[in-house]
Amino acid sequence: MFFRYLFIFLFLLPIKVFALIEVDITRGNLNPLPVAVSPLAIDKASKDNFKRILNKKNLGLEISTIVENNLKQSGLFNPLNKEAFLQEPDIANLKPRFEDWNLIKAQALVTGKVTFVDEKLRVEFRLWDVLAGKEMMALAFTTVPSNWRRVGHIITDKVYERLTGEKGYFDTRIIYISEEGPKTNRIKKLAIMDQDGFNNKFLTLGNELVLTPRFSPTNQMVTYLSYFRNLPRVYLLDIETGMQEVVGDFPGMTFAPRFSPDGKKIIMSFAKDGNSDIYTMDLENRIVERISNHPSIDTSPSYSPDGKYITFNSDRSGYQQIYIMSSNGKNVKRISFGNGLYGTPVWSPRGDLIAFTKLHKGKFYIGVMRTDGTGERLLTENFYQEAPSWSPNGRVLIFYRETKTNAKGEGFSAKLWSIDLTGYNEKMINTETDASDPSWSSLLSN
Amino acid sequence: MNRNIVISFGLHTLLVVITAMSLPFLAKKPIDLPPIISVELIQITDKTNIPFAPKAKKIIEKIKEKEKKLVSEQAPPKKIKKQKPDAIPLPDEKIEKVKKIKDKKQNPEKVETEIKQISEFEKKELFDSNNIAALIDKSKTESAETNKKLDKITQDQDKEMDFGGLTLSEEDALKAQIFGCWSIPLGLPFNEDLLVRIKLQLKPDGSIIRTEILDHARMNKPGQAFYKVLAESALRAIKLCQPLRVPSTGYERWKDMQLNFDAREMLEG
Repeated sequence: MFFRYLFIFLFLLPIKVFALIEVDITRGNLNPLPVAVSPLAIDKASKDNFKRILNKKNLGLEISTIVENNLKQSGLFNPLNKEAFLQEPDIANLKPRFEDWNLIKAQALVTGKVTFVDEKLRVEFRLWDVLAGKEMMALAFTTVPSNWRRVGHIITDKVYERLTGEKGYFDTRIIYISEEGPKTNRIKKLAIMDQDGFNNKFLTLGNELVLTPRFSPTNQMVTYLSYFRNLPRVYLLDIETGMQEVVGDFPGMTFAPRFSPDGKKIIMSFAKDGNSDIYTMDLENRIVERISNHPSIDTSPSYSPDGKYITFNSDRSGYQQIYIMSSNGKNVKRISFGNGLYGTPVWSPRGDLIAFTKLHKGKFYIGVMRTDGTGERLLTENFYQEAPSWSPNGRVLIFYRETKTNAKGEGFSAKLWSIDLTGYNEKMINTETDASDPSWSSLLSN
Repeated sequence: MNRNIVISFGLHTLLVVITAMSLPFLAKKPIDLPPIISVELIQITDKTNIPFAPKAKKIIEKIKEKEKKLVSEQAPPKKIKKQKPDAIPLPDEKIEKVKKIKDKKQNPEKVETEIKQISEFEKKELFDSNNIAALIDKSKTESAETNKKLDKITQDQDKEMDFGGLTLSEEDALKAQIFGCWSIPLGLPFNEDLLVRIKLQLKPDGSIIRTEILDHARMNKPGQAFYKVLAESALRAIKLCQPLRVPSTGYERWKDMQLNFDAREMLEG
């Protein structure tokens, strides 16, 4: 008995302790993820059909190029050169040889197939994890052939979401003011395009001056300002039908109308009795409600995504600064305290940040801060830039930038630019004409 | 009854003995870090600007004066440069250095510690020589000697830590390798818990037998899509880095290893 106990004790005796080695990996590289987007496979008959309908030689290649450009534009991915691909698209779509893709250092692979079925375009695609040798996602869409660009954008959204964990922003549109002609006599038209600059359309003729278009949360409607007898009026425009409607004639100067997150109200600022304050108007019953009431100038209101708060700018402290308040106008709190003037605050769709324009020592900055005013980060600096608008996932900002005119009055241009929250990925968005005042739609498909 | 008491007494004594014997085993000896040696890399060019080399400066100044003379013979001088006051060492400093030399003569072993504290070039003042190249050669051999000593120390530590963790250099090598392989997904939200713990089973050559994500349940929770993305990126990093840079010895101690991938620092900063 004694020996049995002894034996057990000796057995349990901790002579040496084996602790599991833990190594903390706190750094990595922030290089864009190398992705291979294989051209989508397409059979001969489908190829001919699409050539007849869309005048595109190889639709599979065209769609994959859209995906590639979108991923590159995001700054988070590095699409690899197609010429380095070893595997043919049709074989890669069935079962990729991961060694081949590993060889060119791809970490993810997109393959797919395009077919022509019953006068419709059918696209299926797969996303592969090259290193794990696993399929990560597979989806198929059927749509009218003319929608082929959107298919490319939707594929990008899905790939982006699967690889980054947040929603994409590629199947979206941008509404902006197209500008033409000399600076003194600018023709300004309302225009809409895909986020990559394609499918540009003009929505107004350019007879009146138009300003500050903003999408409704459903993307169906746009609210904007248009001048009538030298006074700005708030309009609503239905993008699908092209119907325009005057929302109201407000006294004095009206500024920056914007939808509430539920799309039922418009929030704006206008000057009543010479004092600019923030008002909302219910779109159903057209009741106007005063939100802020202060002898200073309050402008540029923007709702938080939950609709509970409003951010706006005001000069009540003596200089133009950013404030937030509850949606009923109570609990006004100043959040910007840096040097310079702050304007055009816009609440991020993710709710965590507020984007703004800052003017300091003659330079314009686009920046972001947390909703309590901490963590201010200036993303970009330039001679003149303004009006940031968020991508639907709250990662990218679009704004416009004007260049300086020389002594002769030449060299002026206004272009749309985008920058992501890292501040490194700054890109110009190609537009046919000069452009200003962009507004980013939410995702067209979910 | 008696027998039980005997057994109980026996076992208790055994327990006390075992505790007394084995506890010192468990206590780790504190890591004895090698003393830091400051090494200055000196490039010898025509115009040296070495702070603690009065002799060299004197030589240079002499040369400069000669050059000035040459210039003055050819043409009238444009401007006479003021002599920098720092160039000439203060008498106090000289006395201190003489003291050091004396110390050295009395107790040559003590120099070892001095090498570690004072800069290499200052140390050269101890040797009376005008030949700078020779001085550098000398310092090289000396640093090599101290390096050898350091190596011995780390090997000793290695033995002691055989059943502890990786040594700092081993850990650094592994970290540096994985840092290079890990592409952090940039789209992650900033304020979330961005820590992924992965348990590895390794072969002696550093290739991977098995990986296991410790918070696997979190992978498929709704609203935690970013976690899955992060975990996958960590797995990709491990696969990409394969075989891992593991120490050549002590397989038993690192055959199971846990890597904690933490993206917070990178994404917040």
